[in-house]
Amino acid sequence: MREKNWQKPLPWLVVIALLALWECCVRIFDVPLYVLPGPIDVLAALGENAATLFSHAMVTSMEAIAGMLIALALGLLLGVLMDAFPLVRRCVYPLLVVTQTVPMIVLAPILIIYLGFGVAPKILTVVLMCFFPVAVNFTDGMSQVGKGYVDLVRSYGASRAQVYALVKLPAALPPLFSGLRVAATYSISGAVVGEWIGSQSGLGYYLLRVKESYMLDRVFACVVVIVALSLLMNGIVRLCQYIFLPFLRRAKG
Amino acid sequence: MKLEVRGLSFAYGPKMVLDNLSFRVEAGEFVSILGPSGCGKSTVLNLLAGLLRPAAGEVLVDGARVDGAGNGRFAYMPQDDLLFPWKTILQNVCLYGKIHGTEPAAREQALSHMAAFGLAGYENAYPGDLSGGMRQRAAFLRTALCSAEILLLDEPFGALDVISRGDMQDWLLSMRADLGRTALLVTHDIDEALYLSDRILILRGSPAQIVREVDVRKAGKTRQWLYDQGALKGEIHRCIKAE
Repeated sequence: MREKNWQKPLPWLVVIALLALWECCVRIFDVPLYVLPGPIDVLAALGENAATLFSHAMVTSMEAIAGMLIALALGLLLGVLMDAFPLVRRCVYPLLVVTQTVPMIVLAPILIIYLGFGVAPKILTVVLMCFFPVAVNFTDGMSQVGKGYVDLVRSYGASRAQVYALVKLPAALPPLFSGLRVAATYSISGAVVGEWIGSQSGLGYYLLRVKESYMLDRVFACVVVIVALSLLMNGIVRLCQYIFLPFLRRAKG
Repeated sequence: MKLEVRGLSFAYGPKMVLDNLSFRVEAGEFVSILGPSGCGKSTVLNLLAGLLRPAAGEVLVDGARVDGAGNGRFAYMPQDDLLFPWKTILQNVCLYGKIHGTEPAAREQALSHMAAFGLAGYENAYPGDLSGGMRQRAAFLRTALCSAEILLLDEPFGALDVISRGDMQDWLLSMRADLGRTALLVTHDIDEALYLSDRILILRGSPAQIVREVDVRKAGKTRQWLYDQGALKGEIHRCIKAE
């Protein structure tokens, strides 16, 4: 069904209405800043602390990107191993699911005990959060390739490596990108959790510091930055998909 | 290339699908294996293509024994078009060349055949942009571009609607002379078998056996001829149903 013209701006209007309602409530009930800042206060805090937020955001982004790349490399490797050797899949897959159920807030402090207060435990937190959607989507994508395709290239005389290069890997790319989009959204939060537990820089560290001082306008400003960064990461993955998987682009157009 | 199948047997678990099946296809001949669904027709092609291993028996091409996947003797075309959605039509039809490192030559060959296969102008389109009939023709071109001499066609038009199917049959019949290949077609469609082939082998039973051979090579194949074959069709139908 086609969206009618007047409906298009509606989602934005809802957001603006909610923000307006929030601002009005804060003003009418005269809520103090350390309890709940209004959107305008948050915006002001965002402007005032732009430089600080930017430098911390850079740290967090770098950790998130490093973690994503490591998770991608590990996910690809393990995905192929699980697909090529059913025994590996049977042994590792359940473990993967179990690790995903352990709350990151429990794991992060332990990682800091092992790896210190440097950048390593933050990156590892991101890896642990991003690895699962990447590996699972990728390996499922490969295992769900129609047997017909594999038989076809085999009947043409393709080697096992060629079966992967020509059929399995390309077929697993769209699900891999779905996994990456989820991972990208997680990656910033992952880094923030890692920083929250113990660090000297990054948005998590900043968040903790301003929270301790009850500067709630800055807390909210920091949250806005985290949301924006997460969406940006997601957008970058979408852009990569658009560039590298042109056939998906056409199918939708 | 002449194909000879001797004493081919195959079982899925305890169920014997083929027992001691033998037949010959002469060089340049177009032979159909006709039978009801699930009678083991496709199994025969899978065995020839090397995708399944026979329990017993042998396959000879020009007197030489062949076995294993990618034995290079057969160009196998499955029922679904199985075009890769992420490859363009040109890349899809050049698959065999890509696997064997002869892509540039394959591209040239493919481009020269595009028009005859009704694909001119679609070289860089993706399979998702094509109609079912065009996709099937692309899959057929991919099969034809295999250097293997014997075509194995597993209900190649089975997934198409009746009208496109008829068009594709007309088209294949007109292409036959140009292709000049030996071909083995598997189908459950009596009309298709009569229209396209020189000889029909009727497969029936469990384990499946060739119960009858129908030779229609002398007939001048036209749609009209096909419409007039009521008696023969009835006879074949009764034979398949084993009345």
